[in-house]
Amino acid sequence: MTDEVRAEWPLYEVFVRGKRGLNHVHVGSLHAPDGALALRHARDVYTRRNEGVSIWVVRSDAIAASSPDEKDPLFAPSGDKVYRHPTFYSIPENVPHM
Amino acid sequence: MTSAVDEAGLEAHFEATIAHKDRIEPRDWMPEKYRRTLVRQIAQHAHSEIIGMQPEGNWISRAPSLRRKAILLAKVQDEAGHGLYLYSATETLGVTRTELTERLISGAQKYSSIFNYPTLSYADVGTIGWLVDGAAICNQVPLCRTSFGPYGRAMIRICKEESFHQRQGYELLMTMMRGTDEQRAMVQESVDRFWWPSLMMFGPPDEASPNTAQSMAWGIKTHTNDELRRRFVDMTVPQAEALGVTLPDPDLAWNEERQAHDFGEVDWDEFWKVVGGDGPCNAQRVAHRKKAWDDGAWVREAATAFARKQEETADHGGAPTTPTTSAGPASRTAEEETA
Ligand SMILES: [Fe+2]
Ligand SMILES: [Fe+2]
Repeated sequence: MTDEVRAEWPLYEVFVRGKRGLNHVHVGSLHAPDGALALRHARDVYTRRNEGVSIWVVRSDAIAASSPDEKDPLFAPSGDKVYRHPTFYSIPENVPHM
Repeated sequence: MTSAVDEAGLEAHFEATIAHKDRIEPRDWMPEKYRRTLVRQIAQHAHSEIIGMQPEGNWISRAPSLRRKAILLAKVQDEAGHGLYLYSATETLGVTRTELTERLISGAQKYSSIFNYPTLSYADVGTIGWLVDGAAICNQVPLCRTSFGPYGRAMIRICKEESFHQRQGYELLMTMMRGTDEQRAMVQESVDRFWWPSLMMFGPPDEASPNTAQSMAWGIKTHTNDELRRRFVDMTVPQAEALGVTLPDPDLAWNEERQAHDFGEVDWDEFWKVVGGDGPCNAQRVAHRKKAWDDGAWVREAATAFARKQEETADHGGAPTTPTTSAGPASRTAEEETA
């Protein structure tokens, strides 16, 4: 095998839109030499049974993600803000449409 | 040249998608006028969320208790978020965020006339939550099914958050109504000022709204302005009764035959005057937005310069200072495999 082929193809994350009107949702990842082939592979790997009407592929190393270790400090600030939820406010039964 | 033929085919496909009540997505072909209508409508909606922070933001530093302050802060923060969801949806149509901000500041694009009225007492925070957010909900719930995908998805997120806005407002007013005579008078005075401008939020009457028919044919709108206005009145009257306030309209009455409320005519001269720039706070609202934009320029520039510097350091083989790549999906997949 040539060195060029042995070198790992980059990883791509695959997002599929199930039908018009819905968000693209992450379904998995695959390796490909470039975006065009990643799209073809994604079609073959993730949409063999009409799972989607549109595919996005994004190089995994282009995604900035939060790390599991910082989960607590990152999300804690919204934990104690119960007043952001509608159920925090009691509205009497006789008030309709609210 | 086959482009005319191609375009007819594309247009037929677009029309068929609309006829199926399917959604149009950003990469689909769409008529130029559909795109322009959406840019105008979604941008105006985004601008309203952003400008809409000002009337209530006015009271954050003078909230009557820590509880009310936390609630108001959270509410205004949500409105900023709503503006951002909607700007993102507009950008999928090929305009940039900067262009949109510039068009707001230059007056080329509008925002809802309601935000050109002042907030004169803390009761206004309650009234805005109840009536203004209430009217917005009435407008926005049908828009969750609008024909342009990104707009509909933004509306779904927004509607989920609006319920808190309306309820905190109503609860605030209920609390004041249980208070002193003076507090009850404050609530009534505030409702008197906001009732008619809230009805104006649904836009001009149907006969003065020439674009409505096309917008409905394209599935952008699903109800006319007057339909939504009537629905809002019917929903709000019993809420006003439960609260113990009078809505300032002598013609407001239940019509047994129609099973709906009759109500008086909105002062459309006032509406057009405020839309045209001559409301109580138009100049102040836009000047404030412009100042925030100008004052923030150095922050945007500094952040861009910092990002560029980080990139250069990484390009020259320096160690990345943020662990974004190692914490990315690639490593997450590996973690899941070993778990
Ligand atoms: Fe909002
Ligand atoms: Fe709101």
